[in-house]
Amino acid sequence: MKQVTAIVKPFKLDDVKVALEVLGIQGLTVAEVQGFGRQKGHTEVYRGAEYTVDLVPKVRIDVLVSDGDADKVVDSIVEAARTGKIGDGKVWVTTVDTLVRVRTGERGADAV
Amino acid sequence: MDGYYAWMIVATALVLMMTVPALALFYGGMTRSKSVLNMMMMSFVAFAAVGVVFVLWGWSEGWGADGLGNNNGDLIANPFSMFGLHGVSPGNYIYVLFQLTFAAITAALISGAIADRVRLSAWIVFTVLWVTLVYFPIAHNIWGGGWWYSKFPNLDYAGGTVVHINAGVAGGVLALIIGKRVGWPRELTRPHNLTLTMIGAGLLWFGWYGFNVGSMVFNDSTTKAWGGFSAQFQGEMGTTFLNTTVATMCAMLAWLLTERILHGKATSLGAASGVVAGLVAITPSCGAVNTLGAIVVGAVAGIACAIAVGLKYKIGLDDSLDVVGVHLVGGIIGALLIGFVGTTSSPQGVDGLFPAGSNGLFYGGDLTLLGHQAMGVLFTLVWSGGITAVLGLGIKYTIGWRVTRDDEMSGIDNAEHGESAYDWGGLSAGGHGLGAAPAATSTAPPPAAETRETVRA
Repeated sequence: MKQVTAIVKPFKLDDVKVALEVLGIQGLTVAEVQGFGRQKGHTEVYRGAEYTVDLVPKVRIDVLVSDGDADKVVDSIVEAARTGKIGDGKVWVTTVDTLVRVRTGERGADAV
Repeated sequence: MDGYYAWMIVATALVLMMTVPALALFYGGMTRSKSVLNMMMMSFVAFAAVGVVFVLWGWSEGWGADGLGNNNGDLIANPFSMFGLHGVSPGNYIYVLFQLTFAAITAALISGAIADRVRLSAWIVFTVLWVTLVYFPIAHNIWGGGWWYSKFPNLDYAGGTVVHINAGVAGGVLALIIGKRVGWPRELTRPHNLTLTMIGAGLLWFGWYGFNVGSMVFNDSTTKAWGGFSAQFQGEMGTTFLNTTVATMCAMLAWLLTERILHGKATSLGAASGVVAGLVAITPSCGAVNTLGAIVVGAVAGIACAIAVGLKYKIGLDDSLDVVGVHLVGGIIGALLIGFVGTTSSPQGVDGLFPAGSNGLFYGGDLTLLGHQAMGVLFTLVWSGGITAVLGLGIKYTIGWRVTRDDEMSGIDNAEHGESAYDWGGLSAGGHGLGAAPAATSTAPPPAAETRETVRA
């Protein structure tokens, strides 16, 4: 099994979700996260004082898939999340050793 | 007279609203989320503490010499002659209450300069002492009849000097004595909720009609005749209402234009601040200028205050929410501009309240009016600055002002009040299992009957 993790722009979450549904992906986990990459942050001005916001809000999406699905899930997320501007995020894949569905106790690929 | 009395009841309630909740919202939105409750509490408790003091000895000390007037030429009136409103007719209570709301908001205004770091007990002690030794004497000496006014009669229609310069200089002095917040200015604090601030500014504007328009004083000749009374009531209130509105609109636009040029963007905080700056500046002058004068007052205040709020970084004074930059600077501009755009054709001019034979410089007057205005400002700066310094240092070296460094960094709301303003929906929030909430969540299926019994037990 593989875990596909994507850090994307928050307003792209819906596009990614739709793309994954089209692929038939059954579930995903989403978290609001903050961080910085090459995009860096931005400055805000309050009564003339500059305030630097160096951590940019992003959305992190985690999807568990079977080995054979990983590549097309990655491609699908990348296509859906891309704007072409800096700060589009990253997608990576890690190998999952064990997976259990809590309700039924199913293990491995059956639990995806 | 009934109509006027009814209006004063409304006006008094409007000014009360300026402190709770308008000022509390305006300031609260500008603080960090970990200190918003403390900031709002400073306005709430200031109102309560000052209000109690006011009915005990405040009215007597500031106004009490002859009941409704204060023309005794002394530095203060006797604080004990009308202690607990002894001898004051209930028919005059509404005027007592109207003045009470002014004293309360003046003390509350100071809190913006010392946000995020002051113990509530020290703040309550300070407000009680401060109104007794600073506010009541200044009100007595600036608003006609006290010792200073008998030397230098000046125009302060609704308290630009008594309220705003007074609170502004006191806030600056306290910020200096109490010191900077941990990390300031290396770590700047970002306003945590500007929608609260904009609601607060809007409510302040609304309430300010009670503040300014309610501050009419009947002159001797008109109170004797019904027709004259009615004419002054309608004409003067129309003028002050209009001037208050026009100046505020101009100040907002002027602030936005100034920051657009200086910093690149017109901001919502700038709009809210411009509204307050304009209201502050038109407060002393709304009865002494005409429509064009009000436009000048508002525009100058908007530009000057927008620039002034940047000065604290240059001098290293953590006047956290710009009490100096907005209230001191705006108040001085309003007081002094009367010397330029004040006109004897205004309500106060018609009532003969301009110092003998004077007029604004733009209306053919000499420096007399400007000079008298400057003397009113000077008296307030010296009296308020000096006594606030003594009080501030006294508290600093006795009971102490500050919460601990750790409490300040982790958040004064929790340290001083044992509360937090917002449930962020995190793991410790209600309904997520790890907090104190019942185990069942809204998305779970209804628990079986025996489970419900267990939960109840």
